[in-house]
Amino acid sequence: MARRPPEPVQVVKQRRDAALSALVDGVPYIRYLGIQFDRRGDEVTAVLPFDEKLIGNPFLPALHGGVTAAFLEMTAVITLSWSYLWEDIESGKLDAESLAQGNLPRLPKTIDFTVDYLRSGLPRDAYARARITRKGRRYASVQAEAWQDNVDRPMAQAAAHFLMPRQD
Amino acid sequence: MTADKATIARQFIELIPHAKALGMEISEIGDGVAEIRMPYNKEFVGDPETGVIHGGAVSAQMDTCCGAAVMSHPKSPAGTATISLRIDYMRAATPGQAVVTRAECYHITRSVAFVRATACDDDHDNPVATATGTFTVESK
Repeated sequence: MARRPPEPVQVVKQRRDAALSALVDGVPYIRYLGIQFDRRGDEVTAVLPFDEKLIGNPFLPALHGGVTAAFLEMTAVITLSWSYLWEDIESGKLDAESLAQGNLPRLPKTIDFTVDYLRSGLPRDAYARARITRKGRRYASVQAEAWQDNVDRPMAQAAAHFLMPRQD
Repeated sequence: MTADKATIARQFIELIPHAKALGMEISEIGDGVAEIRMPYNKEFVGDPETGVIHGGAVSAQMDTCCGAAVMSHPKSPAGTATISLRIDYMRAATPGQAVVTRAECYHITRSVAFVRATACDDDHDNPVATATGTFTVESK
């Protein structure tokens, strides 16, 4: 009994990248803030390129605390959605093309979101990653961290709870 | 004295590029209370299927409004920065309606200001979200 040969790497990458960008491009507010997502296997890193409109304190200058919060929340939502879509994308149950056409799956809803501001956000690019600490059928807990120049000196961290979309 | 403070706080908020970008307007400010209105904008949508505003946009509004409330407090010497902010999302904001946030700085020490805020759309009896935050009190 012959084992099925592994898929060519381009096919795998193309499918995963298409699915992630469909998920991200479907959210207008992500586009508005200019957030991008870097993918390595199933791990995603959010990137927020600096822009003048993200400034909260023009005298320092510093990133707006609300931008930092929104950035962390987005990272948490996308990381969580991506993790439960992953299996369906890999099995082919969810097709990237239909995702791109706007057939987006329901996204988790934020129940609460707490952010700690550790350092002032500098006027330059920011990065964030989220970790799912618990993913149940109804609720999920996610932690996220954002940094700029130095990953060991985070500018903010967040803890959030989400209501998972109903699975029919 | 307080009127001046309100003017300074209002001018400061109006200078914030991101507050401008989100179309925020101060409808009331003074004595540790601030109210900010954010009109509905399709660019801030978080769920394209329903047209509901993203929680992040409400977070940005909450943060600005809480900061404004701190700055307008009679015991606050000058600027402020967010230490932490917790937001509870009760329901989705109705698409097409403005979100109005009202924040109150209910306690202030030499170094920390405590704030709570509520965000509503046209249905004033059912808040969209509530927030509690702590802010720095920065000397002049």
